[in-house]
Parts: sequence; structure tokens; C-alpha cells
Amino acid sequence: MAQRAIREYDGKAIFSKHWEKYFSGFHYGFKSVLVTSGDELRAKAQEHGFEWLKQEPLVAKPDMLFGKRGKNNLVLFKTNKPGDVTLEEAAKWIDEKISHETILLSGQKGTLTHFIIEPFTPHSQDQEYYISATTVGEDDVLYLSAEGGMEVEEGWEEKVNEVTIPITMDDANIEHLIRANVPAGIPAENKERFITFAEQFYKFYRDLNFAYLEINPIVMIGNDMHILDLVARLDDTAGFMMGDAWCGAEFPTAFGMEDQSPEEKAIAEADSKSGASLKLTVLNPMGRIWTMVAGGGASVVYADTIADLSGNVSDLANYGEYSGGPTTGETKFYADTVLDLMTRHKDPKGRDKILIIGGAIANFTDVAKTFTGIIQSFETYAERMKEHNTRIYVRRGGPNYEKGLKDIKEAADRLGLYIEVYGPETHVTDIVRMALEK
Amino acid sequence: MGALFTKDTQAIFWNNNASAIQRMLDYDYVINRAKPSVAAIVAPTSGNKFEKFFYGPDEVMVPVFRNTVEAAAAFPNADVLLNFASFRTAYDVTMEAIAIKGQFKTVMVTAEGIPERLARKMNQAARDAGVVVIGPATVGGIAPGAFKIANVGGTIENIINSKLHRAGSCGLVTRSGGLFNELSNIISINADGIAEGVAIGGDRFVGSVFIDNLLRMERNPEVKYMVLLGEVGGTEEYKVIEAVKSGKIKKPIIAWCIGTIAKHFSSGVQFGHAGASANADAETAAAKNEAMAAAGIYVPSSFNDLPAKIAEVYGKLRAEGVIGEIAEPELKTVPKVRRKKEFICTISDDRGDEATYAGYPISSVATPETGFGIGDVISLLWFKKRYPKWATDYLETVIKTVADHGPAVSGAHNAKVTARAGKDVISSLVTGLLTIGPRFGGAIDDAAKYFKYANDRGMSPAEFIDYMKKEGKTISGIGHRIKSVRNPDLRVSGLKKYAAEHFPATPLLDFALEVEKLTTSKKDNLILNVDGTIGILMVDMWRALGYSEEEIDGFIDAGALNAFFVVGRSIGFIGHILDEKRLGMPMYRHPTDDILYNVELADEI
Repeated sequence: MAQRAIREYDGKAIFSKHWEKYFSGFHYGFKSVLVTSGDELRAKAQEHGFEWLKQEPLVAKPDMLFGKRGKNNLVLFKTNKPGDVTLEEAAKWIDEKISHETILLSGQKGTLTHFIIEPFTPHSQDQEYYISATTVGEDDVLYLSAEGGMEVEEGWEEKVNEVTIPITMDDANIEHLIRANVPAGIPAENKERFITFAEQFYKFYRDLNFAYLEINPIVMIGNDMHILDLVARLDDTAGFMMGDAWCGAEFPTAFGMEDQSPEEKAIAEADSKSGASLKLTVLNPMGRIWTMVAGGGASVVYADTIADLSGNVSDLANYGEYSGGPTTGETKFYADTVLDLMTRHKDPKGRDKILIIGGAIANFTDVAKTFTGIIQSFETYAERMKEHNTRIYVRRGGPNYEKGLKDIKEAADRLGLYIEVYGPETHVTDIVRMALEK
Repeated sequence: MGALFTKDTQAIFWNNNASAIQRMLDYDYVINRAKPSVAAIVAPTSGNKFEKFFYGPDEVMVPVFRNTVEAAAAFPNADVLLNFASFRTAYDVTMEAIAIKGQFKTVMVTAEGIPERLARKMNQAARDAGVVVIGPATVGGIAPGAFKIANVGGTIENIINSKLHRAGSCGLVTRSGGLFNELSNIISINADGIAEGVAIGGDRFVGSVFIDNLLRMERNPEVKYMVLLGEVGGTEEYKVIEAVKSGKIKKPIIAWCIGTIAKHFSSGVQFGHAGASANADAETAAAKNEAMAAAGIYVPSSFNDLPAKIAEVYGKLRAEGVIGEIAEPELKTVPKVRRKKEFICTISDDRGDEATYAGYPISSVATPETGFGIGDVISLLWFKKRYPKWATDYLETVIKTVADHGPAVSGAHNAKVTARAGKDVISSLVTGLLTIGPRFGGAIDDAAKYFKYANDRGMSPAEFIDYMKKEGKTISGIGHRIKSVRNPDLRVSGLKKYAAEHFPATPLLDFALEVEKLTTSKKDNLILNVDGTIGILMVDMWRALGYSEEEIDGFIDAGALNAFFVVGRSIGFIGHILDEKRLGMPMYRHPTDDILYNVELADEI
């Protein structure tokens, strides 16, 4: 992984932690809480330092990585008129939201679980600005606009200045560049302030290893900064350098992503405990063609080829890989999981099941050793595989592949399973063609 | 030119990844390289000076350095750095290598998951310095028949099966390292193998991209056509399309982007690695495959048809005479079973017609007319060098000077007592030798060590005396029981005279004599003594012979100065032992009236 989204709350916490260091001359209150229920919010309001929850009008919204919350009618900022939401009303609203499934305009659906609650900030449209930074190609790009909120998204081309900052540029030149590209629409009395903030914002984005950072809108009231809405992604490969500079931000799964099945979870857990790589995604539990492929690149070309040649992508039941020299035990567990899933449902059209045991020519993985785990799994599942008329196609190369192919062929023959085995002389994905043509 | 590597390319391997280095050396042996492809290893935490590896049936020693700068200085022709540091340090290692001006042409970075900002800085710094970065997150690349990076190609059997042991005519570029082997195999079956191949690496920001490698291959006359295996995600393939359209690349390209499956799954499923996801329609595998085909690149209908497409293009180029017949070279075979050598010898060899001392047959150094003295033999066997006459004469002078110092010194006394107990020459000699140490004979070592230490650090004589006082140490090599300024030690006078007449320079002795001036001004007998003079002049001798200060420190640490005392004084000890045998003196028992007995009853606890 590399670039991973974090919650708005965590993004603001990171701002707050480093505010003094990066944003001298400006003030930021960081009045935000993250809760998962109305009761949690009520409890939070009793804590020292969070009296504002009882004293000020509030804004509540889901904090689950998706945007366009306003358009989805998921921002609570008024009961009768803007800025009159009380603690109790926010708590009730949250409890209502977590009680049922929510469907977004984009079609994503799921249950809301995390909410960010902040004070309502009265301000006028002309106090709203837009600022964001990200990487485009090899360069950083800073986006600045005198207009914030939904305004900026409509008419991006005219309203936003793009400042391209090469990776090796020094601070003096960066400051010069930002100054030269400040949006014309910034009122004169705020211009210096905005330039200073933009420079600080860029250095903060850069030094804290953000991959993407957007505040829309940022509200400037004098030297008071109000981060009304924030979207952030971190480069998680930099995590080892950042220590607690990231305030322990977590990387949640995107809203609406289907929960993993128990089998997928079990493989993910085995993967996290192993030096090897074990990945499994079930695409269609009713699918006819199941794969057990060694290597990341190979797993892609097998999936490509099955989709191309079967003519119906729903035939492809799963996607995944085992690689990086898994132990015999790990391979057996992986094979058990795939074979169990494969033999749960009969093919609706009564066709044979196809098991592709594929892989490119291994660098240094001992093929015979990994196949031992698969053979052990065959012993357990042979009868169920026969009930589903399973045909097995094997293709693999690399260290000890001759013995591996011989062993797996002997085991399948002994167990009465249909099998065809091929080595490096056969094109890596050609077994897919053979399996589908028969 | 345009080739990334040649048969003379040598690499510095950062990290002692023994199995990968061994695979490189096995490959070198099989393809008959003149020199191993790994010149040196950099291992910051290793205490070893070299690592042993097999080279065919034999073993070779690959030197180990603490840092890249030292390794580069020792091997100025090694222009490839194989950076096998972890994702935590790979950036620093690459930046250090780039900063060594004129050394590295190529840096290969294997680590996966280097922080993106660091990877971008590293790649830019390399581009600015004209250094090609392969990776990060790659198995590397290969120039078959010339140079192979680390684990590329897998086992030797697979390398030969995939024709990676000699140059073919295809230039291969992939993103995936896992499929690199497979593509080599496909190209060997359907064509004549590859001339050069690079897996550019799977991270989002890699140093050299498809177009960089393809443009180089375009210039490399060995490459007649290229195979490109791309992936869903990113826009790098479009740069290739532009180069083909603009005529920058004229050689035929066969290309395919994997990940066509992704279009069937709107979101959520990650096919391939993290970088491999399409952010726009143009980044899908299907769009890129179509665009490449439209630009005149050979694109098969599916990955499964890639072999047929390669065979077709290769056949066409063969028929046109662009590609000729490739001669299969003779290969050596690496023995299946190899045994590691338990011992290493770099000073003498008894395997030929006649045993040699550092290459000199014994007969060529033994008799007087050869002109070799015992000093020459010592210089050959101890230092593996033939020293000039002034130096070997000095060595002999030292041995003669230290040969004996009468029966009363502790070593000689011990040897005599042992001989009188009826023991043989060896036991008696060893008893004497075992007495040599910090208090007996050790002053030579310590004098050389401390005077050199002070001199190396530019201390003045007064500062040196202060320093030793603070350390709570007496100054070795200074002081004599009887001799003084007015009653000089003639052995010392002789050594000084010899040095003055024959040594090219004596900086450390000059320093020591300044120290002596200060010490004798305090007390008359605090003169530079014979031990001190010997040790200090030995340092001056080595300096004049061109050894580095580190090498000289190494000699002192290894105990070479002590060794001169051991050799010289053995002559004296043996004299005393033979004397005892001759005299037939009885067993010695120390008189009890010479011992202070002070024994009390032990307390009970």
C-alpha cells in the first residue's frame, strides 16, 4: 500500500499537534470530537475541555472518508435555522443515522458508524478560501482559490491557481513561486495572510508526508483559522519516520466496501502473520473457475486470461495469490480455504468445476515443497471435488518443479481426480485455454 | 554503445546478501567472465575484511567495506551499485552513492516501500547526476552473457533454459519482477532470447521508466526489437507511444499491458500491486493496449497470444535478415557439490614443483648468492612484499639487537628453570616465550602504538606527555634502569645512526626525540630506550615503504612488532637452554629464606 485516506478528525488532530511549529501567526482551536453513538457524544460533553459541546451550537457529519456530505444531506447544522443544533439534537441525529443503512448518491451503501462533531462557525461566503496539495507526476502541486466550498468545484478551471513545485526546489524559491501565483481574487487586506498561510500549508503537507491534503473551505477570520472540511491521505510508507507525528491516525476501509467474508478474513490474518504473501478475494462464490496462483503478476494474467477466454467474467470465482515462499502448512491452509469454497455450490448450469493451479517460473520458491501443501489439501477434499466434477490444470516452473509436477500428478491419480500438469515449456496461461476448450 | 552492462561491468553490493552474490558469481563462472561481477561488499556492521564465495569449484575472497565511499575508492571501476538496503536506509545509501562523483553509472534499488517523497528526491537527484536508477522494488535486470543483477533469472538451470546465458536480440522491459523470468522464457522459446532486460520496479515512483529503458535499447545495436510488459495504472506507456509516433523509436516493439480484468470490477478489488489501479479511463489496460496498437506497436489480442506475436515479429526480422544466427557459446558447469575451504593461505604455496614464499621458490631465496637474507624472508612471509635492502637490513638489525639480554630477565630465567627441570628444548623455549607480554618485551608494541597515536593526531611532545599522564600510563619506550643522557645506550645510538644514514625519513623518531628532550630534562635516565627506538623506527620504515596509517595500525594490532621480539629473543632463549643442558645443572629449587612467608589460618565462613 502507499497512499491511504484518513478520517477528517485525525487530519485535524495532526494539524493541531503541529500548529505552533508550522502556522506561527495564526490560531486554530481544534474543537472536534469523533464519536460512534449519541451516548458517546453525551459522555464526551461531560469531560473537562469539552464544555463547548453543551455551550455552542454544533455541526455533525459522518467521518468515513466519503465526500459530498452536504449534497447527500448528511450534514446536521440546523434544526429550524442554521446554527441552532444542540448537543441532544446532535446525539439523537447520530443514533438515528446508525440505526439503518444509508445509500449515497454515488450508489455506495452501508451503515454509518463514525461522526465528527464541531462548533457551528458563523461566517460569510467571502471569508471562505480553498487550498489543497498533492503529487502530480513527479511534482507537488498546490491549488489555491479565493473561493471555497461548493463554489470552487463549479468552475475549477477559472477559479483555481495551480502552483507546480518540483521535488528538489528550496524554500526560498517555493515562497517566491507561491507569492507569484496567489489568486487575484483574494482581497488586498487578506493577501499577505493568505500567502503566509499557503507557504506554511505546503511545508506542513510536505514535511508530514501527506499524499493529499485539502481544506475546503478554510475560513479566515482575522488570524483565526477555521478548518471547516478536510480531506487527507497519508503516504503510509513514511510511517516508520513519522512516529507519533501522525497522532496514531488509522486507515479505515472505504464506506460501502463489502465486509470481507470469514474465509477472506482468515487468509488476510494468515498473511499478516506470515513472511510470505497470501491474498484471497472471492469475486463470485457461485463461479465455476477457481484459481490458486503463485505470484502477484501471474495472478493478474490468469485473471485477465480467464475473463478473456471464458467470455463471461462471472465464471471467475476468485482472485488471489500465494507467494514469497510460503511454508507447506501455509500453502495447505490456503488450498483448504479455496477448495472448501469451490465445493460449496454446484454450478447452476451443471458444468464441471475448473481448478487452475498456476504460476510463472519461480525465482527461488521450492515448487515441490509448496505443492506438498496442496497435495495434503487434495487428500481432505478429494471426494467433494469429485462430486463437483472438478478438473485440475497445473502449470509451474522454477526450482524443483519436475518433482512438484510429478508428485501432484501422482497424488491426483491416486485420489481419482482429473488432472493435467505442465511445466515451463507450456505458456503460462495456456492451461486456461485448455481447460475451457475441453 | 548504449548497452547498460558489459562483460567487464563490476558492481559494489550494498548489504552482504550472500545467496544473491553467490548466484551472481555462479553466473559469472558459467558464462566465462574474466572477473567476478561483484568487486566488493559494503556491510556497515560487519567485522569481516572479506567474504568467501564459490567461483566454479574454487573459492574467491570478496573484500568487505564499512561504507560505500571506501569501497568505491578501492574499486574505482565498479560503476554499478546494487543497493540491497531496507526501505528504511535505501534512500540514504543511494544518495551517498550518487554523491561520489564519477563513480556509479547505475544504482539498482531493491527495497519496496521507500517513502514516496524520498523516492522522488532520490530519482530526481540521480537524473540530475546522470545516474540510472533501476527500481525501487525490483529484482533488477540482466545483460545476458555479460552481467546479471542478483536474483534475476532464478536458478542456473532456468537461466540456461531461458537462454539468459548469452545475448539474444530482444530488449525486454517489464514492471513486474515476477513475470520477468516468464517473459525471458517465452522469448527464448519463441525467439532467440534477450540482449538486455530490466524490470523497472513496482513502486509508484521508480527511477528509470519504460521510455528511458526503451530509448537506451533503441541505441544499443545488439537489440533488434523490444518487448514491453506494462500494467494497468499510470501513463508511462503513453510516453512510449509518443516516442514511436515521433520516430524516436524505430525498432519494432511488442507490448501488452496486464490487468485487463480490472474493467470488469468497478471498484473495491485491487488487481496487482498498489500502484496498479487506473485513476482514469486512459490508465486502464484495455485503453493502453488499444492506444499502443493504434500507434503501430505490435499488441497481441490477449496475454495468452503474446508468444505467438513474439514468434511472428521475430520470424519477420529473421526473414528480413535483421536478426542473424546466434552462436551458442561454450559454458562452464558449476559443480553440484562444493565444499567450503576451512583455511585460507595467502603467503606460501606447496602445491607446485617447489614450495614458494609469496611466489618466490625457496631455492631462489635460500643460498647466499641469491642475495636474500633472513630480513628478505621475513618481508616475504610476514608482509607478502619484497622490501628494499635498507628495510631488510633494519629488520635484521632489530633481530640481532633483541636476541639476548642476559640470564636474569624473567623470560630467560624461566627458560633456564624449565631446562633444569629436565624438560626438552621446546618446552623450555615455550616457557620463556610465554613470559613475553605487557611487562616483558611489550614496550616495543606500546611505544610504537602510543607515539604513533600522538603523532597521527598532531599532539605536541608536551601535549603527549600530558595525555599519557591523564591516561595514567607510563610512556612505553622511555626510561632505562642504568643508562642515561651521559651514559647513552650504544644499541640505541647504533639504531639511530643506521636510520639517519639509510631511512628516507624518520618523522616519528624525530617526534620521539623531542619527547625525550622534555623527559630527560625532568630526570636524566628518562631516555628513549632500545624498545622504544625499535618500535618507533619500525613505524617510520613502514611509512617510508608507502603503507597507509591504517595498514600500519593493523600491523601493530596484529602483533607484528612483538613478533620481531619473539623471533630475536628465541635465539637467546635457545642459547640459555643449550647452556643449561651443557652444564648439566640440577633441578632448581628456590631457597626458602628468599621467600617472605605470611600465612594465616583461613577464616571459616
